[in-house]
Amino acid sequence: MALLEVNDLKTYFQTDDGIVKAVDGVSFSVEKGKTLGIVGESGSGKSVTCLTIMGLNAAKNTITSGEALFNGENLLTAGTRRLREIRGNDMAMIFQDPMTSLNPVHSIGTQLIEAVQLHKDVSKKTARARAVELLKAVGIPRADRRADDYPHQFSGGMRQRVMIAMALVNDPDLLIADEPTTALDVTTQAQIMTLIKRLQENFGSAIIVITHDLGVVAESADDVLVMYAAEVAEQAPVEKVFSRPHHPYTWGLLGSLPRLDTDLERLVQIPGQPPSLLRPPSGCRFHPRCPYVMDKCKQIDPPLTPISDDPAHLQACHLDEETKDREAAKLLEVTMAQAS
Amino acid sequence: MVRYLIRRVLWACVLFIVVTLVTYVIFYLVPNDLAAKVAGQGSSQAQRARAIHYLGLDRPVYVQYEKFLWRLVKPVPVHVAGVPVFVRPNADLGRSFVRATPVNDLIKSAAPVTASLVFGGVIVWLLMALPIGILSALRPRSTLDRTSMTFVLIGISAHPIWIGLIFAYVFGFKLGWFPISNYCDFFNADGACGGPVQWAYHMVLPWLTYAILFAALYARMIRANVMEALTEDYVRTARAKGAPEARVLRSHVLRNALLPVVTMLGMDIGIGLGGAIFTETIYNLPGLGKLLLRAIGETDLPIVMGVVVFATFAIIVFNLLIDLLYAWIDPRIRLS
Repeated sequence: MALLEVNDLKTYFQTDDGIVKAVDGVSFSVEKGKTLGIVGESGSGKSVTCLTIMGLNAAKNTITSGEALFNGENLLTAGTRRLREIRGNDMAMIFQDPMTSLNPVHSIGTQLIEAVQLHKDVSKKTARARAVELLKAVGIPRADRRADDYPHQFSGGMRQRVMIAMALVNDPDLLIADEPTTALDVTTQAQIMTLIKRLQENFGSAIIVITHDLGVVAESADDVLVMYAAEVAEQAPVEKVFSRPHHPYTWGLLGSLPRLDTDLERLVQIPGQPPSLLRPPSGCRFHPRCPYVMDKCKQIDPPLTPISDDPAHLQACHLDEETKDREAAKLLEVTMAQAS
Repeated sequence: MVRYLIRRVLWACVLFIVVTLVTYVIFYLVPNDLAAKVAGQGSSQAQRARAIHYLGLDRPVYVQYEKFLWRLVKPVPVHVAGVPVFVRPNADLGRSFVRATPVNDLIKSAAPVTASLVFGGVIVWLLMALPIGILSALRPRSTLDRTSMTFVLIGISAHPIWIGLIFAYVFGFKLGWFPISNYCDFFNADGACGGPVQWAYHMVLPWLTYAILFAALYARMIRANVMEALTEDYVRTARAKGAPEARVLRSHVLRNALLPVVTMLGMDIGIGLGGAIFTETIYNLPGLGKLLLRAIGETDLPIVMGVVVFATFAIIVFNLLIDLLYAWIDPRIRLS
C-alpha cells in the first residue's frame, strides 16, 4: 500500500464571483521513501492540492471531495482533532517563503520546541535538545546558541533550513515542500535541494516537491505530476517526462527552460495565460494555448490515459502517439544538439 | 541603547521648547482685556497699568518667555542630610494671573482627577475593544461582526459631549443608577464622598463616556490587525505544525497583531493626560481639561502654560515608556 494515495481529489472554493475549481479530479500516489514532483504554472492547483491534503484550506468556503488515504486513513473525512495530530507529526510541510513563514516575535528555538511539544509529551529541555539536534542536521552552525536567535537574524537560506528542521523535528513519514527554493538565490537553491535529498536518505521520509522549476524535478523526483488548470496533464516516472514527454504543455515547459549553451535572445515561451478557473475553457483546458489544437480538443476533455507501451506513463491529450513521439524526439534532438 | 535614549531626550527637549513657545506666541496674538480682569472691573487706568507691570506683561514677549522657561528649568540643588547631592529642575510654573494661586498647586490637585479618568478609561476601552475586535476578525461578515461594526461606527461618529449628555440623562437622571457630577477622592474620605468605592461609583459614567470613542477606534484597529495577522504565512506554519486554533490565536496571531495597539496606547494615554476637556466638563470633574478650559476663558496664561507643559511632559514620557516596552516585546527592535 502506498503511503499516500490520492483519488479524484477536488477542491472548490466558493467566492463572490462563483465557484473556483482549484483542483479538479487529481489522483496520484506516493510510496514510502520516494519523491513526487508536482510541476505547473502559478495557479495550476499544485499548492492547493497539498494544502487540501494537509487540511489547511479555510474550512468555511471550501468544498472538497474525493479521498486522500494516508497510511490507509482518509484525511479528507478525518476530524480536526485527528488532523492536528497528524499535521506536523506524521506529515509536515515546508512553505515557499522562508522570510514570512517563521513567526518574527518568537525565537526559532521556541518555534521548534513548540513543534515538538505539540506532539510529544516531553520536557522543554528534551524538546530543546531535539530542536538543536535538528538544527545541526540542517547545517545551522553553532546551533545550540543560534536557537535563541530570532528569524530576522537569519538569512533566507538559513531560515529555510530552520523551516526544514521544524518540519522534520517529529520525524514525519511525508514531507510536503511547497516551492522550497523559489524565494532563494540560485546557489542557496542547490544547497537546500541537496539538503532535502540527504535528509530524505537519513530519515526515510516520502517527499512531495511542488515546483515550477523542472531542474528541481529532474534532480530530486522519482515521479512527476504535470498539472495544468487544476487537472493532471501528464504523469510519469521522471526519466520518461524528460526523455519522452507526451503532452504539448510538457513540451512547452521543457522548451522554456533557460540554457547556458545557446545564444537565444529570448526564452521560448508558451503563448497566452493560464485560464481562469472560474470559467475554464471547454474541452481540453490547454487548447487555447496549444499549437497542435484540433477541433476535437475544443469539445472533448481528454481523459488521463496510459500510453500504449507504458502503463506507468499517463497523459491527457487527443494527439495520436505517432505525432507525439515525433514531436518529443524533435524536442529531445534540439536539446541534445544544444548540449553537444 | 544609551545613545538612543540620549537622542530621544534631546528631541524631547526641542519638542518641549517648540510647543511652549508656540503656545506663548498664540496667547499674545489673541486680544484680551487681562488688565481689567486682574485689577478689577471698576479699576482706574493707573491701577490697571500697575497690575500689568506687576505681572510683567509690559515686557517684550521673549523676555517673558525666557523668565517662564528659567523658572521652570533652573537647576536647584537637592540636599541629602544637608549636603547637595544632585540638581533637579526648579519646575515652578508661576502663579495664576487672575487668582494668584501657584499653578503647581492647581496642576497637582487636577492631575489625579484626569489620571483617574484616563487610566480607568483605558481599562474600560480595552475591555470593550479587545473582545469586539478579536471576535469580529475571527468571524468576518457574521452577524456578530456586522453588529459590532455598527456600534463602532456609532462610537466613532457620535461626539463625546452628546454621548456624555445622553448617558447623564438616561443612567444618571432617569434611571438614577450613577451620580452625574463631581469627583470623589480615592484616598481621602471627606464625609460621604471619598474612598475607592465612591471614587469608582462617581467615575463610572465619565469612564464610559471617555472610553466609547477610543473603544470604537481600537476595536476597528484590532479587528483589522487580527484579520491581517490571520493571513500571515507564519500562522499557516503554526497550523501546519498541528497547533490547536486557540494556541495559534494566542501565541502567533495576537502577539503580532497587538504590537501596533501598544504604540497607540502610549500616544493616547499621553494625550489624554493633557485633559479630557469634554468628559470633564460634562461631569463637572475638576481635572486638567476643566482647568484649561477655564484658564483659556479667563486668558490666564500661566495656567494654560502649566497644563500645556504637563501634557507635553506626559506625552513625551509615555512615548518613551512605550518605546522601551517595545524593545522588550518586539525582538526585531531589540537589537537594531
